Amino acid sequence: MTAPATASRARKASVPAAARLPLALTVLAVALVAAAVAGLALGPVRIPPGEVLDIVLSGERPGAYASIVWDVRMPRVLLAVLVGAGLALTGTVLQALVRNPLADPFLLGASSGASAGAVLVIVLGAGAGLLGAVALPAAAFAGSMAALVTVYAMARRGGSMTTGRLVLAGVAVQYVLQAFTSLVLVVAADAEHVRQVMFWTLGGLGGARWDELAVPALVLGAGVLVLLVLARPLDLLLAGEEGAHTLGLAPGRFRAWAFVLVSLVVGVLVAYSGAIGFVGLMVPHAARMVVGAAHRRLLPVAALGGAVFLLVADLVARTAAAPEEIPVGVVTALVGGPFFLWLLRRSRRTEEIA
Amino acid sequence: MTVATLGERAGAVALTATGVAYAVDGRTILHGVDVSAAPGETVGLVGPNGSGKTTFLRCVYGTLTPSAGRMELDGADAAAMSVRRRARRIAVVAQDAGVAAGLTVREVAAMGRGPHKRFWEQDGPEDLRRVERALAEVGAGELAGRSFAELSGGERQRVMVARALVQEPGLLALDEPTNHLDVRHQLDILSLVRGLGVTALLVLHDLNLASAYCDRLVVLDGGRVVASGTPHEVVTPGLLAEVYGVPARVEPHPVTGLPLVVYLPLP
Repeated sequence: MTAPATASRARKASVPAAARLPLALTVLAVALVAAAVAGLALGPVRIPPGEVLDIVLSGERPGAYASIVWDVRMPRVLLAVLVGAGLALTGTVLQALVRNPLADPFLLGASSGASAGAVLVIVLGAGAGLLGAVALPAAAFAGSMAALVTVYAMARRGGSMTTGRLVLAGVAVQYVLQAFTSLVLVVAADAEHVRQVMFWTLGGLGGARWDELAVPALVLGAGVLVLLVLARPLDLLLAGEEGAHTLGLAPGRFRAWAFVLVSLVVGVLVAYSGAIGFVGLMVPHAARMVVGAAHRRLLPVAALGGAVFLLVADLVARTAAAPEEIPVGVVTALVGGPFFLWLLRRSRRTEEIA
Repeated sequence: MTVATLGERAGAVALTATGVAYAVDGRTILHGVDVSAAPGETVGLVGPNGSGKTTFLRCVYGTLTPSAGRMELDGADAAAMSVRRRARRIAVVAQDAGVAAGLTVREVAAMGRGPHKRFWEQDGPEDLRRVERALAEVGAGELAGRSFAELSGGERQRVMVARALVQEPGLLALDEPTNHLDVRHQLDILSLVRGLGVTALLVLHDLNLASAYCDRLVVLDGGRVVASGTPHEVVTPGLLAEVYGVPARVEPHPVTGLPLVVYLPLP
C-alpha cells in the first residue's frame, strides 16, 4: 500500500512534532508583532518603528503621528488580524469537514454567498444605521450558508465526492453569485458601484473604523473559541465517514452544525472585509506541513498564521502601488492562485488517502 | 464520569441478532440472520465472497441500519443507542480503513479515546498511558512517533487494532483483521483478541485460523446462516463442498486436535 517512493524517502531529520508547536507559535507571535508594527509604520506618512512602539505602548493620544497610528492604521491592522485568523480557521475546518484539501471559504462559494447577501441588503436600503449593523451580517451569514450547502449537496450527489466535483461545484456557485453581486450593484446605479463591485468580489480592509470593530471582534472571538474546542471531533473526521461513526461521532449531524458555525464566521468576516480568497486555502496547508494534521495543534497555528499572512498581504496592497491601493484579494489571489494549481497537481496523491 | 458508565465499560457484551435483514436498492443482502455471542466468546463469521459477512458486521456496529430484525447488546436495543454510547461498547477494525495524512501513529491510536471524552476534553496522562500500552500490546510501540501514512499495510492494521483496544470496548468487531499481516502477526493479533476477555466477532477467510481461534463459527452463504456451531461441528468436507464448492479433507490438527482443512485439487 505504501508507495516505495515514500518508504525509501529519507526521514526528515528535524524538530520532533511535539516540540514544533511551541516553536511555531513563538515564531508566528514574533512575526505578528513585527507585521503589526510595520502595518502601523508604513503608508503615505512613514513613521519610524521606534516611534510607533512608543505611541502604542504609552497610549499617547495627541500629535499627528499618534493620530495616524491610533485612528487610521490601528483599526485596519486589527481587522486584518481578525479576518486573517478567521479565514484561515474556517478554511482549516472546511477542509476537515469535506475531507478535501482543496476546500476554503472562497473556493466553496461561502464568501461569494456572503457578498451576495450583504449587497442585496445594501441595495434594498436596509444597510444603513442600526438595522444595517444586524441585517448586513445576518444576510451575509444566510448567503454563505446557502452557498455552502448547495456546493456540498452538488458535490456529494451520486455518492462519493471527488475533488473534481467539489471544485467544479464551488467554482460554478462562486461565479453565479459573483455575477449576481455585480449585476445588482450595477443595476442599482450607485455612483460608487465600480468600487463597490471590487470591494464585494475582491475584498478590502480599507473600511476599518474603530466603531465597526466590535461586532466582528466579538463574533470572531466566540467563533474562534468554539472552533478551537472542536479539535477532537475534527480529528475523528480524519478517520473517514465510517471511522468517525465507529469512534462515537455522528458525522452528518456534526457536519451540519459545523457548517452553520463556519457560515456564521464567514458571513461576519465578509460583511466587513468583502470576499478575500485563498487565505483559508494556503495557510492551513502551510500550518499542516509544520505541525501535522492533528487539529489541537493545527487550529492555533493556522489562526496565527492567517493573521500574519493577511497583515502582510494588506501591507503590500496599500504600499506596492501607492498612492493607488490594490484590493487585498488581488494580492492574496496572486499568491494563492499558483499555490492552488500546485495543490491540484499534488491532489491525486492526497485523494487516495482522503 | 459516573460510576454507572465506568461499570458499563468494563464488562464484555452479550450480542443477540435476531432475524437481521438488510436490503439496498431492492437487492436483499441479508435474509434474516440470527447470530449470538455470549460475553467473552469469540465468534467467527465465515463464508464465500459476497455472502454478507461485512454487511452483517456493519449492522452490528451500526453504520448500516437493518431493514428488519433486532440487534441487542446486553439485551438493549442497539438501534436506540446514540452513536457515542454504542462506540463505548463496540470497537471496530474495518477493512482497509484509511486515515488522512499528517497524523502520527500515536495520534491515530488516541482517536480511540473519542467516545469516552466530551468534545472539549483533552487527553490526560491516563489516556496517553492507555495509548502507549495498546501500541505495545500489538507490537507497534516503536512506531508511536512515526507518520501513519508512511506505514506498511501490516503495520497500519496493527495500529488499527491498537486504536480499537484504546476504545476499551465490550465487543470487538474485526473485518478480516489478518489481512496484510504475515503469519507471525496473524497469530499474534488473533491470540491477543482472544486473550482480551471481551466478546469478539471476526470475519475471517482462513478456515484453519478461524477453527484455531474461535469458540464458535457462523457460516453465511447468500445472506443466510447455513451452519453454526463449534469448529468441529461446522468445518466438514460436506460444508466446504456445498458452500465453497471445493473438495477438501478435514483432519484433526496433529497438535491441537482442532479441524484442519486440507484442500484437494479441483477435479
